[in-house]
Amino acid sequence: MVSIDVWNASVDFPIFDAKSRSLKKKVLGKVGGKIGTENKAPIIEALRDITLSIKEGDRLGLVGHNGAGKSTLLRLLAGIYEPTRGDSRIVGRVAPVFDLGVGMDPEISGIENIMIRGLFLGMTRREMQKRVDDIAEFTELGDYLQMPLRTYSTGMRVRLALGVVTSIDPEILLLDEGIGAVDAAFLNKARDRLVDLVKRSGLLVFASHQDDLLFELCDSAIWMDEGQMKMRGSLREVITAYKGRDPFQHMDEETLTRLGLSPAMSNGEA
Amino acid sequence: MWLAVPPATSTATDPQRSHAPSRSFSRAFEDIVGGWRERELWTHLGWQDIKQRYRRSVLGPFWITISQGVLALGLGLLYSTLFGLHLPTFLPFIVTGFIIWSFISGCLTEGMETFIANEGLIRHLPAPLTVYALRTTWRQTIMFGHNMLVYLVIVIIFFGAIDHPYELDDGACDAASTAICHPGLGWYTLSAIPAFLLLAVNAGWVTLLLGIISTRFRDFPQLVGSIIQLMFYLTPIVWPIDQLYAGGGRDSVSWALPFIYFNPLYHFVQILRAPLIGQAVSIGSWLVVLGITVVGWAATLLAMRNYRSRVSYWV
Repeated sequence: MVSIDVWNASVDFPIFDAKSRSLKKKVLGKVGGKIGTENKAPIIEALRDITLSIKEGDRLGLVGHNGAGKSTLLRLLAGIYEPTRGDSRIVGRVAPVFDLGVGMDPEISGIENIMIRGLFLGMTRREMQKRVDDIAEFTELGDYLQMPLRTYSTGMRVRLALGVVTSIDPEILLLDEGIGAVDAAFLNKARDRLVDLVKRSGLLVFASHQDDLLFELCDSAIWMDEGQMKMRGSLREVITAYKGRDPFQHMDEETLTRLGLSPAMSNGEA
Repeated sequence: MWLAVPPATSTATDPQRSHAPSRSFSRAFEDIVGGWRERELWTHLGWQDIKQRYRRSVLGPFWITISQGVLALGLGLLYSTLFGLHLPTFLPFIVTGFIIWSFISGCLTEGMETFIANEGLIRHLPAPLTVYALRTTWRQTIMFGHNMLVYLVIVIIFFGAIDHPYELDDGACDAASTAICHPGLGWYTLSAIPAFLLLAVNAGWVTLLLGIISTRFRDFPQLVGSIIQLMFYLTPIVWPIDQLYAGGGRDSVSWALPFIYFNPLYHFVQILRAPLIGQAVSIGSWLVVLGITVVGWAATLLAMRNYRSRVSYWV
């Protein structure tokens, strides 16, 4: 059973400037007595007291201002950061798509990056070799996959990363806002695959500032503010509270139709 | 507190929770075993590093072999002349010493940088830390393999000089000389295989432990780097111990011997070098290395228990 549980978790980052990170202070600091409380590195409380339970089939959106803790929460859910206080438990195979340039080697080709990503996400080399053609077709990168990654545009990197995660059937899919960088045509294609993927298995957590993307992929949401969970509820409720207005009012007809809501109906509701 | 670590609190009693808390030996073991199981990943990454370093060069990784060969040959000629040593016996000695030293110093210096160098991956993909340590160790092993080609060539050329009992200074054993008489190559040369495995096992804990310390204290790699430089000259690699004895027997150099025998790196070099060039290795060297392996891994497990989960915060 795929699930993520987090109990009273906090994530505190020690911020070492070059000096407090050195041995010198630890060793030489013994002489001459204490100078205030300078010894300890300052701490940034990125997340405070998060208690959260995500079950199989959940499609959770994360909204909030920049620096509210969305990305840190995603990393906590991925198991990259273990909580400094509290506890967390992740059951299932995690596939994160975070900051896109990082975690990929710019000097090696797209194909090799696909391979390494796949291996990191728990696949074997043989399994990945079978999927390379599929990924090449889906990402529409073709011969470009032989080029080093540094020649790729941001959108092409997103395509590559999405191609890998959607091809390997992960149980827990964690997406950061960067995936908005692709063009509309590809986004449509990726959306279908993502929706399909989430339906088939596992759970999705998606941090984004784009309402239509959130509605496309998620049904519930969390509003993060200053490292804390300010609100959890249905997506529409949370976005209404966060933005101070009903999101459906400002969507164009085409989007609403695609979401399966007739404009008349949503206007009626609002 | 030596390292600023907030105390791990795990007092809540949730019935659903059956896993061990972050700071526990079982999680440390899980990391190491889990990392080892991802063999395809770290062998791939290790190769990738090598290919990357020599990308677009015609000879590729064989540059490792060539530069090692040039260095060993040049210094072998120089020092055999300086010390007045017999080249056919001295060249295998210095070549083997160099190769083993590159492995050891490579594991130390690049091991310390393991987590710092993999910062991007650590912060973006969940994986056991051990994967990165093994990536570094594997990369060093591949380089060692390339360097061993130089050893093979040298041994084939000078086989006649070291397949029978010999002395480093003039090539033959004679009763009158105070120099050490080496037994020459034999079946026990195969003990080089377990010796290398033992070195690799030690490389595992060195990369993990020094990697954790260096990630927290960025001066540490610099400090250790300068010590390694010094150790290269203090360890008998370019100069043979025989050279100390040749002057006038063991008594005249007895003051120097503790500097050699208390240097752990000497024993690490010795258990692998001696069988490869037909020298005898004392059981004491094996015991020292085995002891360091056990103590080193114990310390590393402790460090992994306490600070494993902190590395992603520190990078």
